[in-house]
Amino acid sequence: MSRFMDKKSVGQGGSGLNRRRFLQVSALGGAGFLIGCSESDTAAPAAQTEAAAPRPAAIDAELNAFVKIQADNTVTVVVKHLDKGQGVTTGLPAIVAEELDASWSQMRTEFAPADANRYANLAFGVVQGTGGSTSIANSWEQLRLAAAGARAMLVQAAAEQWGVAADTIAVADGRVTSGDQSASFGELAGLAATQTPPERPALKDRSEFKLLGTNLPRLDSADKTDGSTEFTIDVKRPGMLMAVVARPPRFGGKVVSFDASKALEVPGVSRVVEIPRGVAVLADSYFTANKARGMLEVEWNFDDAENRSSSELEADFTAMLDQPGLEARNDGDAPAALGSAAQTIEQEFHFPFLAHATMEPMDCVVELASDGCEIWTASQIPTLDVGTTAAITGLDPASIKIHTRFAGGSFGRRAVPDSDFVAEAVMIAKAIDGEAPVKLQWSREDDMAAGRYRPMAVHRVRAGLDEDGKISAWHHQVASPSILSGTAFAAMMTSELDPSVVEGTTDLPYAIPNVRVDGYQPQTGVPVLWWRSVGHTHNAYAVEVFFDQLARTMGRDPYELRKELLTEHPRHLAVLNKAAEEAGWGTDLGPGRGRGIAVHESFNSFVAEVIEVTMAEGGNFSIDRVICAVDCGFALTPDVVKAQMEGGIGYGLSSALREAITLTNGEVDQKNFDRYRPLRISEMPKVEVHIVNSGEPPTGVGEPGTPPSAPALANAIADATGRSISRLPIADQLRTA
Amino acid sequence: MTIEFQFNGKTVRTDAPTDKPLLWVIREDLGATGTKFGCGIAQCGACTIHLDGSPTRSCVLPIAAVAGRSVTTVEGVDSKAAMAVRKAWRELDVVQCGYCQSGQMMSASALLEGNPAPTDDEIDAAMGGNLCRCATYHRIRAAIHQAAEDLNGESA
Repeated sequence: MSRFMDKKSVGQGGSGLNRRRFLQVSALGGAGFLIGCSESDTAAPAAQTEAAAPRPAAIDAELNAFVKIQADNTVTVVVKHLDKGQGVTTGLPAIVAEELDASWSQMRTEFAPADANRYANLAFGVVQGTGGSTSIANSWEQLRLAAAGARAMLVQAAAEQWGVAADTIAVADGRVTSGDQSASFGELAGLAATQTPPERPALKDRSEFKLLGTNLPRLDSADKTDGSTEFTIDVKRPGMLMAVVARPPRFGGKVVSFDASKALEVPGVSRVVEIPRGVAVLADSYFTANKARGMLEVEWNFDDAENRSSSELEADFTAMLDQPGLEARNDGDAPAALGSAAQTIEQEFHFPFLAHATMEPMDCVVELASDGCEIWTASQIPTLDVGTTAAITGLDPASIKIHTRFAGGSFGRRAVPDSDFVAEAVMIAKAIDGEAPVKLQWSREDDMAAGRYRPMAVHRVRAGLDEDGKISAWHHQVASPSILSGTAFAAMMTSELDPSVVEGTTDLPYAIPNVRVDGYQPQTGVPVLWWRSVGHTHNAYAVEVFFDQLARTMGRDPYELRKELLTEHPRHLAVLNKAAEEAGWGTDLGPGRGRGIAVHESFNSFVAEVIEVTMAEGGNFSIDRVICAVDCGFALTPDVVKAQMEGGIGYGLSSALREAITLTNGEVDQKNFDRYRPLRISEMPKVEVHIVNSGEPPTGVGEPGTPPSAPALANAIADATGRSISRLPIADQLRTA
Repeated sequence: MTIEFQFNGKTVRTDAPTDKPLLWVIREDLGATGTKFGCGIAQCGACTIHLDGSPTRSCVLPIAAVAGRSVTTVEGVDSKAAMAVRKAWRELDVVQCGYCQSGQMMSASALLEGNPAPTDDEIDAAMGGNLCRCATYHRIRAAIHQAAEDLNGESA
């Protein structure tokens, strides 16, 4: 309760209502809802909607933890998830607007404070977090109940004010009416906040939806197209210092000593301090701090560092595959079936480390005082950052506030078990005893060389054909470092094997009688992390590219063979058929062209993609067209779903074409976009997205578009050239002199 | 040394070090944060501004080189082309994370100033310096075509 009591909650107007009223009501959707209302004494956000004429009863009201209605008739949805472009600041308010019967034009959003009690991700437990394409799925029921409860409170308020029965009242398009009485939400908000919502408010039937399932415009488009959206990099606090950090050039390196005398001579530099992660330079400007960092003389120790090169790591990973692994799936007896097979096919696959390379390099603003700490950043797991900050500073977690900002991309990068850049910024603030607010700003080079990569992986896949030419066995071995082990999330592992190593191989959907999957977890000093669709990135590639290799060996059409082996998986089959049909599978493309297909389930969504390529002179090629079919259950905001498929496909193709982080004697070779070269506009194919409505509850879309894209591309190239690509990125493998 | 230049239609002066890139003068000294930092080596285009009307990467342009010239950022750009670009960007919901989009829109509006009806290839050439990790490229292309149609319809 104190959280609300602390707020600026006492208004000036004489409304006849209690000026301060807080009551706790029954649980809705599993969360204890607090109701508070406060008269508006702050400038209301600019509203495009009709501003209600100031009436005595018009006050800003918080109807529950997720829905606020302002006197100016705007509805603010408290968004518990980070928006990193995936569109939760559109999708989540769409759920609320629907059940509230609001008008889309009155919807606004604000990011929730860090609070694991009210704003936990219900798929994660008592942690507030964004990831695993869970935002819509875990919020679906919770927000529907919250909005339906708020709607009931508006109806009860209108009934009380007008002296009519609640069942005479209708709500539509942001207005409440009964007979010739009518009021906006804003006019009823104050009285609504005093009502007790029903314990289990009635939810609409899907057939009654007016907004969900239609193409609602994104709520963040306007601000993101005039430069006014505030990202962390744009946050400015009075007296703020800019900080950069010199970090060890190899993972696990340590500072032995440093000489800052030259750096301190640069005008504008105020402090140089050692922190556990390196040496921080603070100045009045990023430009100055960065320049001075270049003048630091630091002696590093690499005794405990990762000093291997990528080629050595790859050899070490590959050697593991000759040893017994950790069993992840074992149907029938794959080794025996392989032993007795009429024909066996084997392929190794190699995948590099990948950087997320978000457009906004990591950054964080910290204002540290003796009795509390305020943080401005874009984090996927803010409640974890509160814990980390408390551990570093010794502060009471309740005194640590996180102000979430829009993220300039993330793709998993901002969900770091040890809080990474947030921890680093807090360490710097602590090292200067909070004497000034600090903005830690990473350069592109810092960001690219900081690790937290998509893990490197080596796969070996073997399949056997019996004397009838049918696939009798599939044995898949995956060697890739664990993301979870040794971190705060290790508890998510139910066995020794991190599920992210093998996800997408253990649930191989094809009807094959003998299937075995073994995982291997090589140890390296390179920090790894989830990267848009995590293990599915390499696992879907190995599965779907090897499947095409098998089909070619069998003389079968890869689409027809998939269809035949997916009869027990109707959702896979539906998207596969849709993509093939829309692509005109089987029609002649003409010389020098190829067509590839891939289908994959990830994060409870099903996606199939068909890709067409044209080969050119010297092994160059263009990606002409991608036809995508997605089943993400009920698509709440279809245009956002399409945008996520388009973006997820671009992200996957980008990695397949050229992306790789390599190490030479432990040092990262690619530090900026000159050597780490993502997809550019000229390489982006046309993308057609078809939504297959399975009628299931909504599932995620941020990640599932990515896994099928790289294998569909490789399969298209193989179709055109006969060459199967078993090593990513493709880079110049197809080039001829 | 004081450097004077036009910034979004107003005369401004700065005593910043002469080697400080325009990007950081804009962001830190002039407080206009719509122009973004992405790479610092003119490889990503997030920092694209108009210098005397031409799309320019501000992260590698020392402030000394801007003396007496005219700088326009996303906050100040108001040409017909820029307005058409912004309208199309909104109508097609181009943005995802949005971080690169100021730079994308500055490159797009400069393209349309000089070429009222660009082909896909011309769009790809003009926009090749602007990275988008959300891969909104597909919609950027469509939005530039739509903005061009909008402009041409208006002038017809």
